[in-house]
Amino acid sequence: MKILYFAWLRTTIGKPLEEITPPETVKTVKDLLDWLPSLGENYSIVQEKSDLLRIAINQEYANLDQEIKQGDEIALFPPVTGG
Amino acid sequence: MIRVQEHDFDVGQEIKNLTNGNHAIGGVASFLGLVRDIASDAEISAMTLEHYPGMTEKMLTEIEAEANRRWELDASLIIHRYGRMEPGEQIVLVITCSKHRKSAFESCEFLMDFLKTKAPFWKLEETPEGGKWVDARDSDDTAASRWIEK
Repeated sequence: MKILYFAWLRTTIGKPLEEITPPETVKTVKDLLDWLPSLGENYSIVQEKSDLLRIAINQEYANLDQEIKQGDEIALFPPVTGG
Repeated sequence: MIRVQEHDFDVGQEIKNLTNGNHAIGGVASFLGLVRDIASDAEISAMTLEHYPGMTEKMLTEIEAEANRRWELDASLIIHRYGRMEPGEQIVLVITCSKHRKSAFESCEFLMDFLKTKAPFWKLEETPEGGKWVDARDSDDTAASRWIEK
């Protein structure tokens, strides 16, 4: 699945997007956030700043319990600051 | 109508385009957001707005549809810019047109409040100490929460 990072998540992780293949045990958004740090040191920010994490699945806001599936577009970003 | 663009816009022209030929409109309310040169005590030389192409348009369209559901509007427009902007530049424009002023005023405020908490934009400020991502403000959540239907 495709995963996108924005703002300080993008700069900390060091890339705007990537293709990931989580194991089958990763079923929900929360599972994904628990698994991401296994990809490398930069990804620990996902847990360190979990309070400030917003998630979208296929460009709609999602919560931690929501299921993810192959082909989804996932995005992780901080609280928005436009306007 | 919604537009997400890098280039600047002309407020007067946008209002004219929106109201042109529609004589049911009796009132137009608008909000124009500008880049400031000071934020959280740091001097800002410029800011860069990052956004999530695709989701931004989707969220703005949803917010606009919600305003049209709640108020009887004859026309509305949201323009939000992205990219690098210097102090004084225009960032965001919301225009609402209605038969009477109340709907126009209220929906304009509603659109701004929701845009600030839902539209995926992030501000990076250029300060003397380097680039700084702007933190979201609790007051914006409070402003948006008053519109929650009971």
